[in-house]
Amino acid sequence: MTKTVIVSCGTAVATSTVAAKAIEEACKKAGIAVVTKQCKSAELQGYISQGADLIVSTTQMRFDPGIPVLNGLPFLTGMGKDKLIEEILELLKD
Amino acid sequence: MKVKDYLSEEAVILGLEASTSEEVIRALGGRLRELGYVKENFVEAALEREMNMPTGLPLGGIYNAAIPHVDIEYVNKSALGLATLRYPVVFKNMVENQVDVPCQLVIMLALDKPKSQVEMLQSVAGLLQSPEIIEKIVKAQTVAEIFKSLP
Repeated sequence: MTKTVIVSCGTAVATSTVAAKAIEEACKKAGIAVVTKQCKSAELQGYISQGADLIVSTTQMRFDPGIPVLNGLPFLTGMGKDKLIEEILELLKD
Repeated sequence: MKVKDYLSEEAVILGLEASTSEEVIRALGGRLRELGYVKENFVEAALEREMNMPTGLPLGGIYNAAIPHVDIEYVNKSALGLATLRYPVVFKNMVENQVDVPCQLVIMLALDKPKSQVEMLQSVAGLLQSPEIIEKIVKAQTVAEIFKSLP
């Protein structure tokens, strides 16, 4: 089943673009069907209510979304990137 | 499209002496405004965004960076601005907002379309992930030296 990952950042323009691309590539390699949805952190509630499996955020979470959240900064800084990808794949696999 | 394709020499400030992130954003955003890449209210928007959702990134090497940016509505034409800082200036951590990140490199992103410019953003991320290149840029004495190091 196709998984949905919400990728959230401050503007939905910059950092979430980098993170979304990296998630799509990693999932493709692992054979996981995934859809990424980029949004601003201010729009998160609306996107969550449409259903999602995971949030990867490059801003601070201000509430408990009820689904897993991972810190997306490693996609920008490179530090801990492999571990983050592992965690994402672990959460998304059936 | 790489970092170099979006950065003009005029959009680089070398060895800026500033003591707050606000001063840095005013200087670099003001430069992008003078060059016509961004709208008049860009600087104020960038300052507000930085206060609510900071952009400091702790990196793997000696130096850290911040990447201030705002919504596309404040931008005329996609471009980058780059400042090296003589002394480290504190930006707040992008995800852990209470944590200080002393930065000596600031790359300002002015983007005119959402979810695009993927290559340029990946190029910026690639740069952030190369401590050796960051060090060369921070230590550069001329703008030409910076361009030599950029992807």
